[in-house]
Amino acid sequence: MTAVERLTRGLVWVVAACAVVFLMAPLVVTVAVSFGSSAVFSLPPPAWSTRWYERVWASRDLWPAVLTSLRIAALSTVAALVLGTLCSIAVVRARFPGREALVTFLVSPLMLPGLVIGIAMLQGFRAIGLRDVGTSLLVAHVVITLPYVVRTVVAALSLFDFTLIDAARTLGLTYPAALLRVLVPSLAPAFLTSGLFAFLASMDNYPISIFFTDAWTKTLPIQMLQYVEERPDPTIAAISALLILLAVAALIVGDRLVGLRRLADY
Amino acid sequence: MRRRIDPVALLALPAAAYLLFAYGWPLAALLVRSVHGPGGFSLAPFAAFLSDPFSWRVIGNTLSTAGLTTLVCLAVGYPAALALAWSRGIVQVVLLLSIILPLSVGVVVKAYAWQIVLRRDGIVSQALVGLGLWSEPQRLLFTETGLVIGAANVFLPFMILPIYSVIRLLDPRLRAAAATLGATPLHRFLRVTLPLTLPGIVSGIAFVFSLAVSMYVVPSLVIGDRYQTLATLTGRAFLFMRNEELGSTTAVLLLAMAVSIVVGSTALARRLGSTG
Repeated sequence: MTAVERLTRGLVWVVAACAVVFLMAPLVVTVAVSFGSSAVFSLPPPAWSTRWYERVWASRDLWPAVLTSLRIAALSTVAALVLGTLCSIAVVRARFPGREALVTFLVSPLMLPGLVIGIAMLQGFRAIGLRDVGTSLLVAHVVITLPYVVRTVVAALSLFDFTLIDAARTLGLTYPAALLRVLVPSLAPAFLTSGLFAFLASMDNYPISIFFTDAWTKTLPIQMLQYVEERPDPTIAAISALLILLAVAALIVGDRLVGLRRLADY
Repeated sequence: MRRRIDPVALLALPAAAYLLFAYGWPLAALLVRSVHGPGGFSLAPFAAFLSDPFSWRVIGNTLSTAGLTTLVCLAVGYPAALALAWSRGIVQVVLLLSIILPLSVGVVVKAYAWQIVLRRDGIVSQALVGLGLWSEPQRLLFTETGLVIGAANVFLPFMILPIYSVIRLLDPRLRAAAATLGATPLHRFLRVTLPLTLPGIVSGIAFVFSLAVSMYVVPSLVIGDRYQTLATLTGRAFLFMRNEELGSTTAVLLLAMAVSIVVGSTALARRLGSTG
């Protein structure tokens, strides 16, 4: 290795180390502030305390939002997994014109501005008289979660050996039973990865959810942003730290079941 | 002879019908309504919006923050992707974790953290004063620099991952061959590595730029109302100003930008991929 090469290699590692610090900084700061006693975000905190967690625990605004978000995220992820898997099977197995266009259409909500999708849906739902906030929120969130499932499951299905289904049918299973007993288990990693990221995307969504909230129904990101504007104290740092913990737990489960490298391919 | 429809194709029907009803049709209706005035086809709202100097400042803000954010992400993301491809074992796990974990944490959480970090008494200000780079503490919150830092932080993984996925597939023998043929390291990078990773760079740039053009949560927490971009103006028009006409106009402009970035970058990446 020449001197120039050693220098550039060194530089690459320095930048990569900076990137790690840069990427992790907001998470570390949030957790540190959440355990501080100071109400003005001093770092390092003058003393450690759990008062902000006690405040989260006692909060009457945050918990309904947490429950709404969890419910919407769970329901929309399950709906997306069912719809998305059926559609992926059709795209990979059946021959019909416009398959590639269909996949692009199904994945496109990920590539367009969320705010624009939210506005279009707001006006569209209003035009057909859908005014119930909870239903609108769920309908909208399936649009957010579906692309994650379609993208990952189509990729996984392209690698699946469909003669296994034929073999299962020869051995006496019906077509739906063969799908359920043979296809579903071998797609489990794809379901897990896409379901995980779909769930987190739904939990985190702000620009679409903002159009489908009212005084009683708010998702967690909406409620958090509103709280920050009304009372700028580290209570939100405490709930953020809990959300980071949720992400860590989800990644540990994901790593145990499919491996970290597979998760990076999502 | 009539061709029978493959019954398996019918499995696509529920998802396709659902998305058409909940997303395709509303989006199409938004587009149609935006060019439909009282007397038929009309581009009057766009003409009115674009004749206002304030609008051009908003468009300028949108493009400059998105452009700067993309540049920062590319400058940090390309070396990071290289390091990720070179690394093995525990180092690679650390690098991967520091990309995937922030990706799994919501944008509200991260934007809120930057609000804390960029304050006058925040750690960035403290560190720069401590290093002697700043003579006194300064506030980065509510500045354009602060916005670019926060946005680059949120979108960096979307630059690293596509570049990494291309670098990972490079055949190391290519560089060795170039070296055997006498190419200098700089030459090898410019003539071998860079052209072969260009499709990854293009899709990374397209990802980050389109995300940064349409970001809403980061600017509302990090820079506030005085600095408007197309996305924040769209949101404000609907949520606070109750001016749906203005909001629809800016929404369609935003949509046009996003679609042209996606279509343009896909075509470019495909061309680079086939010639490379």
